[in-house]
Amino acid sequence: MVQMTDVTKIYDSSSTVALDGINLTINEGEFVFLVGPSGSGKTTLMKLITGEVRATAGEIVVNDFDMVKIRRRKLPKVRRTLGVIFQDYRLIENMTVYDNVAFAMRVVGAKGKSIAKRVPYVLELVGLEGREKRFPNELSGGEQQRVAIARALVNNPRMIVADEPTGNLDPVRSLELMLLFEKINEMGTTILVVTHEKELVNAFSKRVITIDDGHVISDDGDGYYSYELE
Amino acid sequence: MSLSKSAYLIREGFRSIRTHGFMSFASVTIITACLIIMGSITLLSLNIDALIADLEQQNEVVAFVDESIVDEASAEALKTDIMNVPNVWGADFVSRDAAMTSFMSKYDDRLMEGIDSTVFRHRFVIHLTDISQMADTKAELEAIPGIAKVNAQIEYADRFVRIRNIVSVVSLILTVILTFVSFFIMSNTIKLTTFGRREEIAIMKMVGATNSFIRTPFVIEGLILGLLGGLLGFLAVWGIYTVLNSSLLDTLTGSFVSLIPFNRVMFPMLAAYVGVGVLIGVFGGVNAIRNYLKV
Repeated sequence: MVQMTDVTKIYDSSSTVALDGINLTINEGEFVFLVGPSGSGKTTLMKLITGEVRATAGEIVVNDFDMVKIRRRKLPKVRRTLGVIFQDYRLIENMTVYDNVAFAMRVVGAKGKSIAKRVPYVLELVGLEGREKRFPNELSGGEQQRVAIARALVNNPRMIVADEPTGNLDPVRSLELMLLFEKINEMGTTILVVTHEKELVNAFSKRVITIDDGHVISDDGDGYYSYELE
Repeated sequence: MSLSKSAYLIREGFRSIRTHGFMSFASVTIITACLIIMGSITLLSLNIDALIADLEQQNEVVAFVDESIVDEASAEALKTDIMNVPNVWGADFVSRDAAMTSFMSKYDDRLMEGIDSTVFRHRFVIHLTDISQMADTKAELEAIPGIAKVNAQIEYADRFVRIRNIVSVVSLILTVILTFVSFFIMSNTIKLTTFGRREEIAIMKMVGATNSFIRTPFVIEGLILGLLGGLLGFLAVWGIYTVLNSSLLDTLTGSFVSLIPFNRVMFPMLAAYVGVGVLIGVFGGVNAIRNYLKV
């Protein structure tokens, strides 16, 4: 669950106003597309959710954590409730598919037994069974992004945050990936996908939040990406 | 921390050393090199110190007994008073006969014709604990009733003290500089290994790893590399010193100058090497990773 109230973010170094008075709520179990042109503030909004940057003003609550008052030491607790996915996959090149996913569990102190049980299950869920021993550079882009999704899912997060997850994929792979997100969403995980791909957004009938120039300009319940923005 | 988690973190430390083989090799080499230089300076200064201490021993003070005391026994009795003077650790009585014999052995016999031992005075050859206080001790010795005159080469003593002080200060300064140099080199070397792994660290942060969890493998890596560097440095200095010592013994100077046996400094040296190596490694690791944990 994400709740933002009058959130403003101004970057100190450049005095750029990235977000200006944002109000939005994403409820538990929702599937939301966050769209907008480059430089509109999408990435900043995502970084506020993951705690990578701090808001200049306003209130942010992420999965019951107060992101304005939270101490840096406590950030790992928030992040364990989130699964984050990036456009460039960010896999560890010298680890196998299995280890890339298991790594996320080890990092949060999971026991060997539960790792051995959970990792194959998640890999099967994203359709990577039989690929456990491969290294990232032996996989296609779509497969690599599935590994990243498996890694994000493995700790059973309450919410998945994906920043341009289909940016490096062809339309067919992108659609497959979105279907995977839909499947994960149906299992109860909240999904927030940041993207600027109109066709993809419009192919699904989901809630679409559009931001431009640091403002929410539309919040539409059934999937419409405004063409005028481009 | 659970056993399996600790085992995992230790394994990660070793894995990192293996996968970053060249950088690990570079770190160990740098620590070893710095420690060899530091150790050589320390050994040099220890040896100069020992040499000076040796020369100090030879720098004696001679106290002449008053001519009025003729018989040997009562002259020798003054030893008690002399030994009571602070800073005196030894006093050898030399009778006038012995003094003459020793004098005659140095000079032509004809010079001594018709001279008997009454020309000489009974005397004490006195050794001091600290030659820097030679002037005070001389005054106190002269104050003893029955002592007529004290010969002390205060100028020489002062010179020795000055040399020793310079040597200590210079070696201290060099050691401090080298410690800093090796710390920074070590830190930068580990920084290079972490630079290659900043992605990995960023991913760890993103999935919710705590800072201590991320830091521990780097600390273990630094610890192992530092330990290895310390041990190698110690072995190298041991080898160099032993070779140097035995080759010095073969030369002419060896009969005048002898090095401190390595056994005498071996254990403090080993402890210092391992300690400094581990400290440089651990702090180098912590310092190197600091910037990446701020996300």
